[in-house]
Amino acid sequence: MAFLRAFGSWLPPRCVSNRELAPLVDATPEWILEVTGIEERRYAAETDTVAGIGLLAAQDCLEKAGATAAELGMILVASGSSDRFCPGPASQIAAGLGLASTPALDIPVSSAGSLIGLILAAQLAPAAGRVLVVGAEIMSRRVTLNPEGKNTAILFGDGAGAAVVDKETGFARIADSCLYTDGASAEVLFVDDGQFHMDGSAVILHASRKMPRAINELLARNHLAAAQVEAFLLHQANLNLIARVAGALKTPLDRFFTNIARYGNTSSASLLIAADEWHRGRPGVLSGPLIFSAFGSGLNWGALLAVPRESALS
Amino acid sequence: METQARILNVLHKVSGKEISPGADESLFVSGLLDSFALTDFVTGLEEEFGVTIPDSDLSARKFDTINKVDAYLAAKR
Repeated sequence: MAFLRAFGSWLPPRCVSNRELAPLVDATPEWILEVTGIEERRYAAETDTVAGIGLLAAQDCLEKAGATAAELGMILVASGSSDRFCPGPASQIAAGLGLASTPALDIPVSSAGSLIGLILAAQLAPAAGRVLVVGAEIMSRRVTLNPEGKNTAILFGDGAGAAVVDKETGFARIADSCLYTDGASAEVLFVDDGQFHMDGSAVILHASRKMPRAINELLARNHLAAAQVEAFLLHQANLNLIARVAGALKTPLDRFFTNIARYGNTSSASLLIAADEWHRGRPGVLSGPLIFSAFGSGLNWGALLAVPRESALS
Repeated sequence: METQARILNVLHKVSGKEISPGADESLFVSGLLDSFALTDFVTGLEEEFGVTIPDSDLSARKFDTINKVDAYLAAKR
């Protein structure tokens, strides 16, 4: 078994509003808000690194978990914007936590990387004990702030999130998950030459069909209705996409936690940043299941079901 | 009803607009489709024509004119 024990996050202090961004990309603040649901995003400082902001989220998470780094059996770090391709930020984060031999592995997948990390952590926790999952992104360095780069520049922001998955204790038990890869469609979303490339229409087309399909698969397999889910925690890609997923599941949008208006799309960090904010606003015992879902480069997508600790759901 | 008229019906339904573009005119440029309406359009085509559009065909380029959609549906039959 594996349990969600705690979440953590860190956001850079610099806030970039639509009003500041719009003239750089030849758009209006109102248009950016309409097509994305984003009002502002955070940008890292020049001196920040992906590993550095990931470390800050990891430390926040360990503190909330009441755990020490020495107790970790493994670290998984998701990032599609790492400063260096190999090694990625995982080993630096482990070193920053003072660990000299704990295995620390990179998941170089944008947007869906944290979900992949959670699903792997749930499978590894019975052997590793306590697994730290980090999603850290400095996407502002992967977009171009000019009219040609408009479609990605308006979306992305920087930040980091983290989670501790534990084999024995936590506020929710990870009950089920599904994970898929469709490499034939990989060209719709990729990082090349340091820049993020996206065929927006194709991404929305894929994501708005694949995420509801993955969520419905978990609900059906566990004999649950969408109405029974306490909260849906999704990769914060675009508010209109989250609304599409809600519509496909015939579930009110207010059951989907969103913070994209304030942080933009922080790629693989967004799922864990959202989870951390949601959990801070909802302490105590869960009243129902949680659904996590994400979609990203690869294409990779999937969903994870977590249930109240004492749930009878097998 | 002929195929192109049925395609246009689906377009009108998902866009809420009564624009009738030329058969080779971009449905995006004409204002009938945007990235999100495209998703509804593809689902609407599946329902209207009783076909399943596989994920491997999920590209805006396959559905951006009435003629392309017509040819796509003909190939599916």
